[in-house]
Amino acid sequence: MNRRPITEDDLHAYVDQALEPERRAEVASYLDDHQDVAARVAAFATQREQLRGAFAPIVEEPLPAELNLSHIIESRRRSPMRAWWAIAAMLLLGIGGLGGWTMRSALQEGSNGLSALAQEAAYSYGVYAPDRVRPVEIRASESAELTRWVSNRLKQPVKVPDLSVSGYRLMGGRLVATSHGPAAMFMYDDDHGDRLVVLTRPMSNRNLDTPMMPQSTGDVAGFVWADGGMGYTLVGQLPGDTLKPIANEIRKQTRPI
Amino acid sequence: MKDMLVQVEPLIPALRRYARALLRDRAAADDLVQDCLERAVSHWHQRRDGSVRAWLFSILHNLAVTQFRKATARGRHMPIDDAGERELVSAAAQEQRLIYQDVLKKLERLPEEQRAVLLLVAVEDLSYADAAGVLKIPVGTVMSRLSRARERLLQEVEGVAPGNVVALRGVK
Repeated sequence: MNRRPITEDDLHAYVDQALEPERRAEVASYLDDHQDVAARVAAFATQREQLRGAFAPIVEEPLPAELNLSHIIESRRRSPMRAWWAIAAMLLLGIGGLGGWTMRSALQEGSNGLSALAQEAAYSYGVYAPDRVRPVEIRASESAELTRWVSNRLKQPVKVPDLSVSGYRLMGGRLVATSHGPAAMFMYDDDHGDRLVVLTRPMSNRNLDTPMMPQSTGDVAGFVWADGGMGYTLVGQLPGDTLKPIANEIRKQTRPI
Repeated sequence: MKDMLVQVEPLIPALRRYARALLRDRAAADDLVQDCLERAVSHWHQRRDGSVRAWLFSILHNLAVTQFRKATARGRHMPIDDAGERELVSAAAQEQRLIYQDVLKKLERLPEEQRAVLLLVAVEDLSYADAAGVLKIPVGTVMSRLSRARERLLQEVEGVAPGNVVALRGVK
């Protein structure tokens, strides 16, 4: 019977006890005949035991309170409430980092609804762009999942704009709540860490097409427009002439053909 | 949610162990595990079939990598003081202590990607396929990194400064 040659992989799998019994026996008999290899394998095994031993105390430690999974689940359940409180607080303060927009305009939808969309984008920017821990819920690495999710929820095929030509990478996105239903938020950053937010949702007028309008609120500026009933807005803390070509690029990519 | 509690909770000590081995800082490691658990809770329904253990280690590993990148971008290094080490081995018997300290020092000198493979396979008992999934590399790469990590640990001469090791072994 021809035996399969013993490989380095077999030796490691022997050390890690990952071989089928039959193969394990073959490796063992090989090692009996090759003392030098056996010595090396034994040294690997000793090393493995030392590593396990050195790290063993950690699993014996009592878990710190913040790692109590029941608490994490519980606070997760409450977190939508917290988000609402944040929004309510921003509305009440009316100013925050968002200046410019007043309560009046917050409650008043413009003639075509674009000002409301612009506002929603600025709120999202204010809440998520400064977040260093979890600015997005779904990361760019799972952009297919992100597209599927927001398209389902917006009941529209949503395209995630690619802004790499402008030097901005997609960080990811999330669904955000607006008083007009769910909107898709995408966040981008560049090498300096400057962040941009794109917010899109269907407009009440499903045939709305508008020119691109500049908008600014305090230090958050951007552009807002609608194409085929979908509203889009790009906001960031950059000058309008920097944002304009990026907005044009988004419009080019998302425009229905 | 009950189901999640039952499946995830027993794995938390191992997640802490892996995080601590990577970050070598207790508080930072526990923060990372907390972040990992929060993600696991919010994405529980999105996980694919397969080992929950491998899934959790994937989340944790990704978070650690992101943190490493941020630290590098800021030009800061992860803490390499040996306080964590001392704390780790203090529970061991006296004669084991030096051995453990020594192996941890050697482990610390491994390149990051070799260290991760060795920890996942040899300490956390992930299968080679699961380790490949966590690290998003082919199984063949897991095997070659594992082999290099083990050889290098064997060859590490005690007391050699990390700088010298790089000079000696930098050429590959």
